[in-house]
Amino acid sequence: MTDMRVRIGSIELQNPVMPASGTFAEGLASVLPFDRLGALVTKTITPEIRGGNPTPRVCEVGQGMLNSIGIPSKGIDHFIDETLPFYRQFSSPLVVSVSAPSADGFAAAAARLEVPGVAVIEANISCPNLEEDGKAFAMYARSTERVVSKIRRATRLPLWVKMTPNTGDVAAVARAAEHAGADAVVVANTILAMSIDVETFRPRVGNIMGGLSGPAVKPIVLRMAYQCAKAVSVPVIGCGGIMTTEDAVEYMLAGASAVQVGTATFIRPLTMLTLIDGLADFCRRKGLARVTDLVGAVRDHDMEIDVIEAAT
Amino acid sequence: MSQPIISRTATKADGVAFTAPEVADTVGVAVAHNPVNAAYRHLVLEAPTPAVLARAGQFFNLECPHTPTDKPFLRRPMSLYRADPAAGRVEFLYKVTGVGTRGLAALKLGRPLRMLGPLGNGFDIPDAARAIVVVGRGVGLATLAPLADMAATRGIAVTAILSARTADLVMSVERFTAAGAQVEVVLDSDGTSAPAQIERRLRALAEAGRADALYSCGSSRLMTLLQALGRELGIAGEVALEQQMACGLGMCHCCVRNISVDGAIEARRVCIDGPVFKLNEALP
Repeated sequence: MTDMRVRIGSIELQNPVMPASGTFAEGLASVLPFDRLGALVTKTITPEIRGGNPTPRVCEVGQGMLNSIGIPSKGIDHFIDETLPFYRQFSSPLVVSVSAPSADGFAAAAARLEVPGVAVIEANISCPNLEEDGKAFAMYARSTERVVSKIRRATRLPLWVKMTPNTGDVAAVARAAEHAGADAVVVANTILAMSIDVETFRPRVGNIMGGLSGPAVKPIVLRMAYQCAKAVSVPVIGCGGIMTTEDAVEYMLAGASAVQVGTATFIRPLTMLTLIDGLADFCRRKGLARVTDLVGAVRDHDMEIDVIEAAT
Repeated sequence: MSQPIISRTATKADGVAFTAPEVADTVGVAVAHNPVNAAYRHLVLEAPTPAVLARAGQFFNLECPHTPTDKPFLRRPMSLYRADPAAGRVEFLYKVTGVGTRGLAALKLGRPLRMLGPLGNGFDIPDAARAIVVVGRGVGLATLAPLADMAATRGIAVTAILSARTADLVMSVERFTAAGAQVEVVLDSDGTSAPAQIERRLRALAEAGRADALYSCGSSRLMTLLQALGRELGIAGEVALEQQMACGLGMCHCCVRNISVDGAIEARRVCIDGPVFKLNEALP
């Protein structure tokens, strides 16, 4: 029997598998028992009411998905009154993803969410659709440190900070988040991308640019998870293109203490259950008593990184 | 072969209840798969669990097979064409238009197909209705066909106005006739599909007391016509809408359409708030 428990800062999860924000909602309960998940992660909520981006909001690009949803949100009061009661019925801890257009807005939102039923704040400072040209706090260490510090002072809840892959130095941004008080970093959000319909000459999503997810991004985000795990001492949560047990194992070997599954759920809604069982089986097969034995167990000690860009 | 359905009805101590719809993540097996005409194909799946659950207007999210040239990544939403609980079968009528439907067209007899559903809400016929009119075009006819079955089982008369470009592209006449519908084919090729012509026909049906509710799918133009007429004559109705979709379960917010609710325009998810919307709330 593999010990599947993992610890992320002050909280313990029954297993390391949870949904990625934006790919999980009440509707999945009709096919997947939420109590089996390591944690539940909400779609990002914002203090302000947002309509989201124009359609089309999605297109597939090879073995990946390009989305430009634009964080539609009915606001925090609506979340607390209408959505939170639904999630309180489950035993898995609830991670509430939050975003705001300003550092003060983030702090105020986090403070509002310190209510029963919310176990963790995940600060989505990395969504590529938020600002013009996809700019976000998480692109730079300085803006990350500033916003995370403000959130940290505003709430006693555990604080996870979601990295963007759309930065030149993700490890520096992760260090800034850790320095400012993050309890974990989630690596990472979607990769800013674009696709054009060559018949109509039109961009294939309504926001022109969107976020790429799915297996297409996995090697890139895995590299970032590895870099972040080397750079910080708080737990890293891997998120990017995980479809199979082996993908999850790879992230954990790279240093992730837990994983988030997103796009895969759209294709196979029970993927997270498959991964929970698959990780236990994998550990048994490898003779590992605990799933945490995988964390950072990549055998790279006798190897050196010889590419400057990858060495940050 | 099929996985268990989890139907959860949870009632919170503080009174908040959530009843999850019955959805199965299951595997169907192709038992018939034939071209209907140059563009459309008819697929019959053995799928006992969803066959019992599926209602007119609902849809399934299908994991379309890969071929050497087409590798669909996301699932494809597909309207229910027929559900036969006794035979344990679910049918689809679809147009081959792109990567996903080309992949689906390659599904061989006896081969499995992953299917999630039934999803979304279905059509609703008002209790007082004795006769309804369905007006559809193209693949929209597939969505409306099970509505004719539903009406038949309730002893409600159906007039089905089937619109197509040319006579050889008219589909499902037998399907609607078998359900007891009065079928009227209108074509672009002879001008009978012109909105003014259909409007005349609809007014005559309303006059004759044969239009207690109006239903539409597959044409923005026909929907607009029905909306105007419904408003003028005080006839309620429903329309099934489409949108590019990913998850099918209301999680990703990809498939929104603007819906007019009490004068305000709101983005609603086609997969979970629809795909069937009130005729007077839908926007083209």
